[in-house]
Amino acid sequence: MTGLVDRASGLTGSSVPLWKNRTARALFYQALVAGLLLLLTAFFVHNTGVNLAKRGIASGFGFLHGIAGFDISFKLVSYSLTSTYARALLIGLLNTLLVSALGVILSTILGFIVGVARLSNNWLIAKLAAVYVDVIRNIPLLAQLIFWYFGVLSTLPGVRQSIDIFSLFYLNQRGLYSPVPELQPGFGIIPVALLVGMLGAVLVSAWARRRQMLTGQPFHSFWAGLGLIIGLPLVVGLLFGFRMVWSFPELAGFNFKGGFQIAPEFIALLVGLSIHTSAFIAENVRSGVQAVSLGQTEAGLALGLKRGIVTRKIVLPQALRVIVPPLTSQYLNLTKNSSLAVFIGFPEVVAVFAGTTLNQTGQAVECIALTMAIYLVISLIISAFMNWYNRHIALVER
Amino acid sequence: MKRIVMFAAAALAVVFAVGSAQASTLDDVKARGVLNCGVNGPTGLTGFGAPDDKGNWTGLDVDLCRAVAAAIFGDATKVKYVPLGSKERFTALQSGEIDFLARNSTWTLSRDTDLGLDFVAVNYYDGQGFMVRKELGVSSAKQLSGATVCVQTGTTTEKNLGDYFRTNNLELKSVVFETADQARQAYDEGRCDAYTTDASGLASERTQLKNPGDNIILPEIISKEPLGPAVRHGDNQWGDLVRWSFFAMLIGEEFGITQANVDEMKASSDNPEVRRLLGAEDDMGKMLGVDNTWAYNIIKQVGNYGESFERNVGLKTPLALARGLNELWSKGGLQYAPPAR
Repeated sequence: MTGLVDRASGLTGSSVPLWKNRTARALFYQALVAGLLLLLTAFFVHNTGVNLAKRGIASGFGFLHGIAGFDISFKLVSYSLTSTYARALLIGLLNTLLVSALGVILSTILGFIVGVARLSNNWLIAKLAAVYVDVIRNIPLLAQLIFWYFGVLSTLPGVRQSIDIFSLFYLNQRGLYSPVPELQPGFGIIPVALLVGMLGAVLVSAWARRRQMLTGQPFHSFWAGLGLIIGLPLVVGLLFGFRMVWSFPELAGFNFKGGFQIAPEFIALLVGLSIHTSAFIAENVRSGVQAVSLGQTEAGLALGLKRGIVTRKIVLPQALRVIVPPLTSQYLNLTKNSSLAVFIGFPEVVAVFAGTTLNQTGQAVECIALTMAIYLVISLIISAFMNWYNRHIALVER
Repeated sequence: MKRIVMFAAAALAVVFAVGSAQASTLDDVKARGVLNCGVNGPTGLTGFGAPDDKGNWTGLDVDLCRAVAAAIFGDATKVKYVPLGSKERFTALQSGEIDFLARNSTWTLSRDTDLGLDFVAVNYYDGQGFMVRKELGVSSAKQLSGATVCVQTGTTTEKNLGDYFRTNNLELKSVVFETADQARQAYDEGRCDAYTTDASGLASERTQLKNPGDNIILPEIISKEPLGPAVRHGDNQWGDLVRWSFFAMLIGEEFGITQANVDEMKASSDNPEVRRLLGAEDDMGKMLGVDNTWAYNIIKQVGNYGESFERNVGLKTPLALARGLNELWSKGGLQYAPPAR
């Protein structure tokens, strides 16, 4: 507003009228568009409300406290047939977050490997990676999910003919069954050791970094850190005993009882999402690496550094600045794409809430609004984190 | 500048145009010249509403669409079929995308009240059941504790399943799919021990399995599922028309009026109810807002309820459903039409 006033007052007495003032016109049109948009939004909200009332459709979020009464097969926290719709929403949300988080990690690892492989000097590896990218990118995700679920996992043997792996693991159509430790009192010391090990790894890495800055001497801080994180809990466990009992899967009645079951719906979704997204990430990685001038590599080699070090310490840090922004949208895509899970029976937030709950309660507007809000918030959080990371790795000029 | 003005004008036009256009459904349908009828989608349910190999929709529910079109236009083919999944069906009706819903939907209290719908009749009395593979050796649903059950989302089925397992203290593992096709396929592949939906749906889905004969439908019926057509709440004239189009088919069966003898009955029957129904006496059609030959057209072009039943789901079809509860009340069933008088 101040710009307008300054301009206007500065022009007092001049021959330029207000409607020919560029700033004033810009402000006027923006206000007009914003006003119209507001009017339109208000109309839609009002119209929805009026129509809902006219059709006698109940509205409000009170239904969330009602008893859901349907089963959800895959849950991270407790849920029973007497839980509320709000609880069902939480289960769906946690499932979405779990599969998205694991999918992001897996697709990143796979994408980087394939992306770098595409640039390999080895003809076969480069071509295989190129074929992988082109095939995966050009098949719709839903088709891939259905392929993994109905095409691959469904062809596993039935429960009674399970593939027996050392009588510890069982693989069948109902998923992968593995032994699971049931923790006993006194187990707490192991996670403490793990935390100490992780802290130690951070300290070692900081120390190694400083030493290299001062003396130029490199230190294998990665391996030392890994040793600390894995070794310390192991040593503590051996000294004080691992206080846990193993629960083994056993065939009883219709299914296996005990142990830990990974549902085929979950596996199919995770594999499908990770592979699909990894192909896109591979292209991001390839373009990012190619964006770094070849001179950088040549300079590194001329200094006598090994190829691996050149890639890791010279090329990738510069490539990351190109890779990270599109990587963010791939993470967002993966998260949103997880909603296709409804077609292969995995209960994530869309299936549980925008599907079953919506239909049981008939609260379409509320259920869809909440679901959209959830995806919006998840996306904004991912976006904010990736932007922070992007600034963090941006080239610092000294 | 010009563009902005036009945009503003267009936006305002939208705002004011949508405001108040709420004529009666019957007038809308007559003006449109075609009936928008919501049926089972995306791929249909054999026997109730599904496209045949030539793309023509057939089925018990589809016959309701055709009956209403015959009543309004005198032409049972003036129907546009809108295939709807279980999740979007009610929204499509509420929003006016379809004129009425003929898609094996269960009449429940909450749907009748909360959803702003009116269920006008029951064209199939059903109940939810279970199908299992014979090799499992299960003979009762009570033995299903710990079993994995495949189910389709967006139906009354999911909650009935929960209620049944809860009241019988059984342990439930359900796997929920978007469409009946996927749920059936997962069951067929062995992902689940049992498949649950309405008993009529089980009969229909069983015909689609790899080896239909290897599967049995358990005797327990765990719920009441009165399936019938639904219209929007508040347009009673329209509700009356859909309701009586169905009743005309029932009354037709009751008095033995068939596609074959309807002309003869109209010309020579001396039963006053038959004469009223077929438009030879009184003005039944006028009262419903359509032509007096409405019921004649329905029976002539679609047939009576019994004919429709036998043609679509009866014992001579792959579904092989017995009349059971859907027999006329005079023969021990529940189908009962108030008198056309």
